[in-house]
Amino acid sequence: MKIGVLALQGAFREHVEALTALGAHVALVKRPEHLDQVDAIFLPGGESTTIDKLLDSSELREPLARRLRDGLPAFATCAGLILCASEVLDGRPDQQPLAVLDVTVRRNGYGRQRESFETPLAVRGLADGDFPGVFIRAPVVDRVGAHVEVLAEHDGVAVLGRADDIWFASFHPELSGDLRLHQLFVNHYS
Amino acid sequence: MADERTTGTARVKRGLAEMLRGGVIMDVVDAQQAKIAEDAGAVAVMALERVPSDIRRDGGVARMSDPSMIEGIQKAVTVPVMAKCRIGHFAEAQVLQALGVDYVDESEVLTPADEANHVDKWQFTVPFVCGATNLGEALRRIGEGACLIRSKGEAGTGNIVEAVRHLRSILGDIERIRAGRPEERYAWAKDLRAPIDLVEEVAVRGELPVPLFCAGGIATPADAALVMQLGAQSVFVGSGIFKSEDPSKRARAIVEATTHYEDADIVAKVSRGLGEAMRGEEIGTLDVKLAERGW
Repeated sequence: MKIGVLALQGAFREHVEALTALGAHVALVKRPEHLDQVDAIFLPGGESTTIDKLLDSSELREPLARRLRDGLPAFATCAGLILCASEVLDGRPDQQPLAVLDVTVRRNGYGRQRESFETPLAVRGLADGDFPGVFIRAPVVDRVGAHVEVLAEHDGVAVLGRADDIWFASFHPELSGDLRLHQLFVNHYS
Repeated sequence: MADERTTGTARVKRGLAEMLRGGVIMDVVDAQQAKIAEDAGAVAVMALERVPSDIRRDGGVARMSDPSMIEGIQKAVTVPVMAKCRIGHFAEAQVLQALGVDYVDESEVLTPADEANHVDKWQFTVPFVCGATNLGEALRRIGEGACLIRSKGEAGTGNIVEAVRHLRSILGDIERIRAGRPEERYAWAKDLRAPIDLVEEVAVRGELPVPLFCAGGIATPADAALVMQLGAQSVFVGSGIFKSEDPSKRARAIVEATTHYEDADIVAKVSRGLGEAMRGEEIGTLDVKLAERGW
């Protein structure tokens, strides 16, 4: 199985490093032809408005939305989650989420950088204790659809979950130095 | 679970720099320019009263911007907002932190406030970016708590030559330390005037402990592609956008070239018909070299 990492902008290198450390076969996705060759994809954190524009100029918006709708397994973190959401509050008016995940997110809902934080998270079904949650200008998940399975909450808000084959985290597992969530995803689809 | 939050950790401060990778941070002087920058795909904006080329032309003392101007820009955009304080001026940095700016640039573009000391950046919740011309300077800034290093280049000139020199110097020395023997690291620390533990970290990782971006003199999409290929992870563009003929179009082009820096067909495509770039200056003709500020 080849796992792609969307590499238009943001913290894609950390996902590549985590997946490589787990022995996965990893490829960067910057152009439509790269997308054809992957069996799963990570959508990284970064600046969601920038990635939104680069999806158009790189001609990736349509093919990516189509493959996600057709069941391409995906793990979307932070800005990647904003990209997948069905509704974005406090975004830019021209921001067009791919609407492949039935959640509503509020951009920068936790505040500015000085409010960025770390906190331990209890993740359902994850052995060996809490997972280190790293939240950086993170989106707040305001609403999850009935079909969404929530795997972790913080302060009563969903921060990790999945719906069918799209997994999401409003925090950054790739910055935590803890590979367990990447491992969980890779094991699930191998 | 109870609401347990730890703010201002090295991980969240450096983490925002990781999020800015592969992006363009643009200098803006008002809310209207900030909107243009965000519309073009900037990952962040740098709020300042005058772009470096105007600071260079006007002379006088350049200071932190008026808080109301910074707040106007914070209201206008949703991307992170950075602002500059003078080298060593920790009270300006405190004000910027109180305003809630997302990153402070302790910058040689402003007139230094202290001839010996930089800000003790560990004391702050807000992360700092600092300029460097060589590896020793970069490691001294990281030792003081900087979470992001940028080349200084020569701001306000539209001339990329100094930024290229700084990047090659920093990355070249990293490579030499990595390839060298462990006992040589003490001499490197002495020659670079850098903390030995950071020299050790560079030797093991083969890169800086924090991201390395490029600033100073970027004026075209090809400039961005050049420094990204040399090993910069993002670019700051100061005067290069809003001192050009068509800022919006040039800003979009530099954003695309920064993402697709290895694809010359795309860089060629976005470089067409951008109008006049900023005029630019030869380094040899300058009265003041901003890169020489900082210690």
